[in-house]
This record gives sequence, C-alpha cells and structure tokens, in this order.
Amino acid sequence: MSALLSVTDAHVAYGKVEAVRSVTLEVGKNQIVTIVGANGAGKTTLLSAIMGILPLKGRVAFAGQDLARLDIEDRVAMGLGLVPEHRELFVTMNVEDNLELGAFRIEKSRAKASIERIYTLFPRLKERRKQLAGTLSGGEQQMLAMGRALMGEPKLLMLDEPSLGLAPIIVADIFRIVTELRASGVSVLLVEQNAQAALKIADQAYVMELGEFVLSGKASDIAANERVAASYLGFQHEGASAL
Amino acid sequence: MNTTIMLFLLQDGITNGAIYALLGLALVLVFAVTRVILIPQGEFVTYGALTYASLASGQMPGTAKLALAMGIVACAFDLFVARKALHARLVLRSFFANIVLPAIVLAVTLYFAAQKPPVAVCIALSLVIVAMIGLYLYRIAFQPLAHTSVLVLLIASVGVHLALQGLGLLFFGAEGQRGPAVLSGAFTAGSLRFTGQSLTVYGITIAFIVGLWLFFGLTLYGKALRATAVNRLGARLAGIRTTLSGQIAFLLASVIGALSGIMIVPITTLYYDSGFLIGLKGFVAAIIGGLVSYPLTAGAALVVGIVEAFSSFYASNYKEVIVFMLLIPVLLLRSLAAPAVEEEKD
Repeated sequence: MSALLSVTDAHVAYGKVEAVRSVTLEVGKNQIVTIVGANGAGKTTLLSAIMGILPLKGRVAFAGQDLARLDIEDRVAMGLGLVPEHRELFVTMNVEDNLELGAFRIEKSRAKASIERIYTLFPRLKERRKQLAGTLSGGEQQMLAMGRALMGEPKLLMLDEPSLGLAPIIVADIFRIVTELRASGVSVLLVEQNAQAALKIADQAYVMELGEFVLSGKASDIAANERVAASYLGFQHEGASAL
Repeated sequence: MNTTIMLFLLQDGITNGAIYALLGLALVLVFAVTRVILIPQGEFVTYGALTYASLASGQMPGTAKLALAMGIVACAFDLFVARKALHARLVLRSFFANIVLPAIVLAVTLYFAAQKPPVAVCIALSLVIVAMIGLYLYRIAFQPLAHTSVLVLLIASVGVHLALQGLGLLFFGAEGQRGPAVLSGAFTAGSLRFTGQSLTVYGITIAFIVGLWLFFGLTLYGKALRATAVNRLGARLAGIRTTLSGQIAFLLASVIGALSGIMIVPITTLYYDSGFLIGLKGFVAAIIGGLVSYPLTAGAALVVGIVEAFSSFYASNYKEVIVFMLLIPVLLLRSLAAPAVEEEKD
C-alpha cells in the first residue's frame, strides 16, 4: 500500500536541543497509526513539525507531494489536519462558528453537508451549537476540536493526546469515533499517553523515547511486547516476547 | 452655562466622537488581528482628506502615484518571496493586483483631476487610492514582520508613520486644505442647527458600525478575522491565512481612515500632519477599550469627543492635555486590575 504520509529521517530542534532525532514513519490509507511514549518523548513536537508549525529537517511527503515549502494553511488545504493538545479553539465564538470556520477552504455547499455529518458524529455539539466554545466542558471541547478539523475534509487527521484530562466514558466515546473515522476513509495518526487504549484501536504503532523511535510494528505486536507492557501499559505480560 | 451652549457643545462633541469611534474601532481591529498598533492610522485620515480636497479643487494628488510605487514594491516582494516556486498564475495575480490596478486608478485619477470631478467621484477615487496604500503598506512593512514581537511591530509602525507624514508634506505641501461638503444645507431643531455635513458624519458612522457588526457576525471572512484575533494558531489550523486576515484588517482600517478624513475636511482645515493628533484621540478611545472591546471603544470615543468639545470651550489652551489626561485614570485602573506580566517572549 502506498503511504499517505511518509516522514523520512526527521530532526526537530528547539535551538540547539534536538527534541526529535532521525525519525522515520509511515501512515497508510485507511490506517490508524499511533505513537506512544512518555511525557516529553517528543511526540507533540513531531506532530507540530509535520503540520509545519515547527521547522523540520528531513523529508515529509503527503499524498506523494513534498511538504517542505508549504505553509500550515497549504497543508490543511491538501488534506492534512491536526487537533493539537491544547485544542486551539475560538473560545469567544459559538460551536457552529467554530465548525463553519473549519471548512474555510471548502466549498460552501459541501461545508453545509459536512456540518450535519459532524452533528451526527457528535450529537452533543448539535445540542450546544449556539454555546460559546470557551464555556464547553473538556470533553465537548475535544469533540469540537475534532469536529472543526474534520470540517476541513482531511485525508489524514493527526490527534495529539485526545484523551488527556477527560472522563473515561468520554475517552471511550472519542476512541470509538476514531475507529469510525477509519471506516469512513480518514487515516489517523494518534499520539497518546494512554497507550493501552491507543494500541487497542491502532493498526500500526511506534514507541518513542527521548526523541527517537525505539520500537515499531503492528499495534498488536507492540501491545504484546514485554518492555512496552511494563513501561506504558502498567502491567507485565506473561511470556511476552523480549525486545 | 446655558442650555443652548451645552447642547451645542454636546452636538460638536458627538460629531467629533463619531469620527474617533470609527478610528478607534479600526485600531482595535488591526491590533486584534495583526498585533500592530497602527500609528499611521492618522495618515490614512490625512491622505483621504487631502486627496479628496486636491481632487475637488482640480489638482492631481501625489497619493495616486505613491499607490503605484508601493504596488511595484509589493509585487517585487511577492516575487522575491516566491522566487523558488514561481508559477504563471502567481506572477500574473501579483502583477495585476499590485501594478495593473494602481496604474488604472492613476490613469483614471489623471483624467478626472484635470476637470474638477463631482464630489462622488472625488470620494470614490480617494477611498480607492488610500485603500490600495493601506493594502500595500501591510505587504511591504508588516507582513514580513508578522511573526515578530509587538515591540518590533510598534517600531515599524512608528517608522511608517514618520515616512508617510514626510511624504504627505511632499504631496500636499505645508498649507492646509478644506474640501467641499459631502452634503450641503442645514436645518434647525429648536435651538440646535444641524448641518448636512454633521448629519453625514452621524449617518456614515452608524452605517459603518452596523456594517462592521454584520460583517463580523454573519460573513465567513468576518468570522475568519475574529477567529484570527482570538487564536492565530487555531485559525491557521483551520486553513485561514493570517496574511489574508491582515490584508482585510488593513484594507478596512485604511478605508475607515480615509472616510473619516473625507468627513472632517469640509468641517475643519487639515494639514499634512493633522491626522496624527486625530488618530491619537481614536487611540485614546481604543486604549480605554483595552485594545480589545469594540463597544467600549465606541463609547469611550464619544466621551473623548464630548470632553474635547467642553474643554475647548472652557480651557481651549489645555484642550489636548485634558483629553489625553483621560488616559491616566484608565491606565491606573487597568494596571491595578491586571496582574504583573513578564516581558513578552517570542
């Protein structure tokens, strides 16, 4: 399968400090790929660099096109979407305006249909359509951030810690929606500290430590790995394969 | 003081306040979207007013040539930035928007200037010329600095103000000018006399405020501008170009400035450097509104206008001092209310 997103030998630095080193990653069509790792491993930095928020050394190609010279807005127009950790919503505007702006680059007629699709996906947002984004609960804000990104009709949606700080029932809901997205043809690159949940729904997985990928492979294999189990899943597998 | 004088001063204050309100709103808009404290807002006022007055008296305004010159520089900037990925569409679009358009406007201005055009033509041409200057100004002076700190943008803003003021002297000379009234005639209501011009000021101010409200509340571009002001990264992630938002903000600010100038110049003589002080009063209102609140800014602008009118009656020598002193209690209150912050890090 040809990769939708391919990152080759990527380095990202904050001044002289390299936060991401020699990272190579691929996301295929209709795939959920997850990057798990501890806090500060460089996961968010990597997503930001792929989106064009931070400068990246190396090669990033999306749908066969090199992204090096493209701004964030061009990447969005190409079908790359990011839901950042801090959500970056328009807090003084209502839910509907937030969603409408997500489709800024999309034809108006298509945007109208998209908004109904988002309301079906997140019925809670429909109930809150006239409420200001800043007054929503954490879970609703996360849904709105995902909804806004989906309004741009992305081919690949990058989610940065979507479960952070949310109640377990909402986390389950969000992960269910992520799998629905894959079924509807949207690939997902998921960065999560909740490795257990992420590995359960992902097809492929990468384990990141101190800015580097230390392990990659099928999500089910990674989940079965002893070291991963001990470090990120909070338990030890019996007879799990060694690294 | 008798009631007639008081009413007269109130009327005068509200007329001035309406203008300051427009300028204050433009300042808040530009700051919220681009983080630029637009000191050259006053120059937009002068350029609009004096271009209008020059055209009305059958002279060719130098601002039309300035727009073309700035357009050429803006086009060069566009091409330089895109030098490694140039394609025909980009070149053509930049050439048309930055060179062909101002060249056409210059030709039309040359044609009309020779034959003392009617007021409506003078207004339209003045607005278009100043709008183009505003747009190219953003491209040349502020777009390349968009990612720098507020302080750097402020320094650039001061530089632009000085440059435009100098050019104003070159184009319009040191003599003041007055323009023809947009709406002549007058009527009296009780002891008050309303001139057509003051009614024009009220009408246009109200129309513009309502127009801006509708633009920001209902249109996608208006919402995109608000979104950029609320969260720049969020806006970029939604595919909204911050440069587009900046262009719209500067376009609106320059049109508002020019329109204010055109409304003032039939009432009072304007000089090449008068705009600065007028813009500064809009700035006082914008500061009272905390550079974020539109309704507070509009209300504060009316207060500034009324205080100015009364102080010019009672203590005309201290008129400006009294107006600017309005800032001190506001800044004092704001400094007490706001927590101490570290210097901006970028």
